Amino acid sequence: MTPESRESAVRVLYERLESDAKEIISRYPKPRSALLPLLHLVQSEEGYVSDAGQQFCAEMLGITKAQVVAVSTFYTMYKRAPAGEYHVGVCINTLCAVMGGDQIWEELTEHTGVGHEGTTPDGKVSLERLECNAACDFAPVMMVNWEFFDNMTPESSKQLVDDLRAGKEVVPPRGPDKLCTFKQASRVLAGFPDGLAGEGPTAAGPSLEGLKLAREHGWTAPSPDREGEFES
Amino acid sequence: MTQLTPVLTENWDRPDAFTLSGYGDYSAARTALGTDPDRLIQTVKDSGLRGRGGAGFPTGLKWGFIPQGDGKAHYLVVNADESEPGTCKDIPLMMANPHVLIEGVLITAYAIRANHAFIYVRGEVLHVIRRLQAAVREAYEAGYLGSNIFGTGFDLELVVHSGAGAYICGEETALLDSLEGYRGQPRLKPPFPAVAGLYACPTVINNVESIASVPSIVANGAGWFAGMGTEKSKGFGIFSLSGHVTNPGQFEAPLGITLRELLDMAGGMRGGKRLKFWTPGGSSTPIFTEEHLDVPLDFESVGAAGSMLGTRALQIFDETTCVLRAVLRWTEFYAHESCGKCTPCREGTYWLKQILRRLEKGQGTEEDISTITDLADNILGRSFCALGDGAASPIHSSVKYFRDEYLKHFELGHCPFDPAASTLWGAGK
Repeated sequence: MTPESRESAVRVLYERLESDAKEIISRYPKPRSALLPLLHLVQSEEGYVSDAGQQFCAEMLGITKAQVVAVSTFYTMYKRAPAGEYHVGVCINTLCAVMGGDQIWEELTEHTGVGHEGTTPDGKVSLERLECNAACDFAPVMMVNWEFFDNMTPESSKQLVDDLRAGKEVVPPRGPDKLCTFKQASRVLAGFPDGLAGEGPTAAGPSLEGLKLAREHGWTAPSPDREGEFES
Repeated sequence: MTQLTPVLTENWDRPDAFTLSGYGDYSAARTALGTDPDRLIQTVKDSGLRGRGGAGFPTGLKWGFIPQGDGKAHYLVVNADESEPGTCKDIPLMMANPHVLIEGVLITAYAIRANHAFIYVRGEVLHVIRRLQAAVREAYEAGYLGSNIFGTGFDLELVVHSGAGAYICGEETALLDSLEGYRGQPRLKPPFPAVAGLYACPTVINNVESIASVPSIVANGAGWFAGMGTEKSKGFGIFSLSGHVTNPGQFEAPLGITLRELLDMAGGMRGGKRLKFWTPGGSSTPIFTEEHLDVPLDFESVGAAGSMLGTRALQIFDETTCVLRAVLRWTEFYAHESCGKCTPCREGTYWLKQILRRLEKGQGTEEDISTITDLADNILGRSFCALGDGAASPIHSSVKYFRDEYLKHFELGHCPFDPAASTLWGAGK
């Protein structure tokens, strides 16, 4: 990219993102705290952290681009090349791997022909080997644009990716009624709600296992031993 | 037999639990804001609540370290960067019951005299972030956040801040650097965050579950909380069972419950298979075996038995699982997540990974076992932060309990296990 074309790309980002960026910066006592959300914001526009996007962040915060790059390269959620419209992660940390994540990864990469951080030629799906995503009781776990897909199998994972590539509607079991795109997800991460928080269950499956058992047995926490401790 | 004590999980089966109308009217916070802040700190001290993020530091004591009347801004930061392998309690808690966290934030911020609070949530959980954002907005609209809360003159701003994928940011000082817009690398302590934390100001950093426990303590009394659990590990906590159990899931119980009791509640080992090894509190806590089924899961007992209670992330592996494979994968994780700041962790995890790979393939030697324990010895206690110590845990504990299995691999020249048997759909089912 020539300096001129990068400059014009930065100017385009100003037109599209400057007011959002200012809003993000205003949330924090010190501007530099806005850098992580600003990088999510750049991804919501570009699908990755582009060179121009990093320049834009640097200018918004009054720091150098090198300082921005030092940060963006540290965190795995910032992509160095455009992610797919649907970014698909397979947890390969120990518990999910043992429960089948390794086999899912093997079959899914074979099926799609792309590997870690690779994107299908149609730009629809990118794949990532994920570390623990905090849903071990639903293992093996996959994520699509950071929504949970639980108790996956090699078959269900291939079906999921085929459906995404075919543009079929895919519903995350513990998320909104419809998957949003990688760019849309990035905008929520930047702190701009999409109004979908009310969709999906409160909790599901294993999350409720203990509560279900407590209800069956009539188990509760003890009653308060005294009241009005703070009323004087 | 120990019974479950749902408090934080109590409303998870209500379809509207994540909304303000489904949650309640923040009555505990209302009570708290009418009380002397120091009395709140004392109450939390009296309750015996200890940090639920793994370390178990007394929460009230931590609050008490914040210097008062120092003229500086104080900050409260909630560590919602739940990423320790096996740990999966805070994510469903924030998904189902975000208001209990926000109410806890309000009470805690008031107690430590902070007017600005942050929830640093890992970025890879989109719907949880939506729920937090929506709950914070509802709390602002109801006047539970913002200016002059409940007419008391107390002001609080709360920002939901999404991380961007880095396990190390769960380490409290790395989290602060990340929240300040830098690479998430741990800071040298002292100074501790209570003195120089966010923006070099006094800062309390607490785990989600710790803060979420506060409203119930205020509402029901310190004695109520302390009446649960054991002598030094008081109260309740969420125990997360995953892996080769019939019904994995979240079980909220008094500290001191045993895995034998929890396994029984979870329908036992799946397919009646034999328990081989398990983590009491995530991958950074040394593994246990069948012989530890009756260890009370409290800070002292688990420590005395050679591990740590950690985050009560009970990852259960049955006899079909290769312990070398498990340890290799955890080691690859630590190598991947090492921030690179200190040499023992950065270099040590890299070499552990190389050696474990050949051991798992059956291409190692007995000397390799000494090499990995030597390496782990040189990481443990010599690293900048607990990530390095965590990386040593699976190495030391697996060699301690399963040395024969290491030997078997290179005697045979290959791994003796069939990974297909361990899967969700596998023969071991």
